[in-house]
Amino acid sequence: MNFWLELIIKLVAILGFVLTGALVVIYAELKAGSHMQGRIGPYYAGVRWGWAQPLADGLKFLQKEDLSPTGADRTIYGLAPYVVMMSTIAVFVVIPFGPDMVGRDLDLGIYFILAISSLSVLGILMAGWSSANKYSLMGGLRAAAQLIAYELPLVLAAAAVVVQAGTMSMNGIVLAQSETWFTVAGIDVAMPFLLKGQIISFIIFMIAVVAELSRIPFDMPIAESELTMGYLTEYSGIRFTMFFLGEYASMIAFSAIAATLFLGGYAAPGVPDGLANLVGPGVMLLKIALLVFVIIWIRWTWPRLREDQLQRLAWFWLIPIALANIAVVAIFKVVF
Amino acid sequence: MLNQYYGDYLTVALFIAVGAILVGGAVGASKLLAPKNPGGFKDVAYESGIEPVGGGWNQSHIRYYIFALMFLIFDVEAVFIFPWAITLDAFQAAGRGVFILVEMFLFILILLSGLLYAIRKGVLKWE
Repeated sequence: MNFWLELIIKLVAILGFVLTGALVVIYAELKAGSHMQGRIGPYYAGVRWGWAQPLADGLKFLQKEDLSPTGADRTIYGLAPYVVMMSTIAVFVVIPFGPDMVGRDLDLGIYFILAISSLSVLGILMAGWSSANKYSLMGGLRAAAQLIAYELPLVLAAAAVVVQAGTMSMNGIVLAQSETWFTVAGIDVAMPFLLKGQIISFIIFMIAVVAELSRIPFDMPIAESELTMGYLTEYSGIRFTMFFLGEYASMIAFSAIAATLFLGGYAAPGVPDGLANLVGPGVMLLKIALLVFVIIWIRWTWPRLREDQLQRLAWFWLIPIALANIAVVAIFKVVF
Repeated sequence: MLNQYYGDYLTVALFIAVGAILVGGAVGASKLLAPKNPGGFKDVAYESGIEPVGGGWNQSHIRYYIFALMFLIFDVEAVFIFPWAITLDAFQAAGRGVFILVEMFLFILILLSGLLYAIRKGVLKWE
């Protein structure tokens, strides 16, 4: 197919997926959170089950005045949501939904994701600094300290997977998990990395993902009871919506990455090679939905960690364990 | 047509551009739809409903700077771990698997001792 045509189709598909996906996840969070707390949640919008609530919220935000505080650094203040959204969308380039259903199968794969997703720290720091508000500044600094502290376990847990797979390409990592691991009674059994000794990496990765998303129990940067809304305090209207949308989009992105690294990605047992491109997206969506639900579940059932506890968890526990985990995975790979 | 190399860069660049267009489009649409009535007290920085005391850019604790430094050290380490992980297969095939394993362990141990030093120095203490 023509390169440009293919690229445009992919761009439209990914953009549509990210936007609808974010809306669905926002709705799922409203509903799931309500039911976990014995409430009903959105009810009236869209006639049944309140399904149109996120859409209605979005339209309302669109009509709100876009304020920027006096004394703010307006250029930086305006650019911050761009940086966050750009880094979030760019992550989707390498996420595979099937052997050929991928924006671009870069050789760097997971490495590219880790590099580009950490750019959002810059956007958050820009937002916190440029608002000229004490809450924003404190929230921005806390967010930066938290995001960089949990960036390391995230990277190291991913590195353990790369050691086992021997490749950084996301497609290559999926293929490494659909290789036959052992044969029982003539049936070839393939296992995702989660069941091939990467359980510790998976747990570290998911903890780090929740922290990277600044969600409860790691939501010190936007702790409402002490910082109002952290680095988002001064944002209103559509710019706030963009941060909000970006947060849910990166929730999907990180779930997709975890699904690819640990749960076998688009591969499912019993799917013939010819159908992988057709069935792959569905399988991938199921795995993403599962992980997104876990992240929502954690948010509505856990209390918040204090700032020093949060830092200690990363530096005392997660980083040393992740390093030891890499060593163990490498030993198993070389010796056995 | 385009070779692999430029195709990679172009795809990434266009995806990033789409992110910018998304925000730009939304902000533009909001400009058309939203009212614009500047003035009053709504442009004043929010400080729990009272008038802000002093400026918005206050001094902040030095510990954030030290966290940034520590992050830099460990992130550079992670950058070195990835190429090592990729070449592990090749070294193993050449029969030098244990050699490269020990090399990496030395590297990780040196860095871990650095973390231990920082902890003993009380960098992570929160008072």
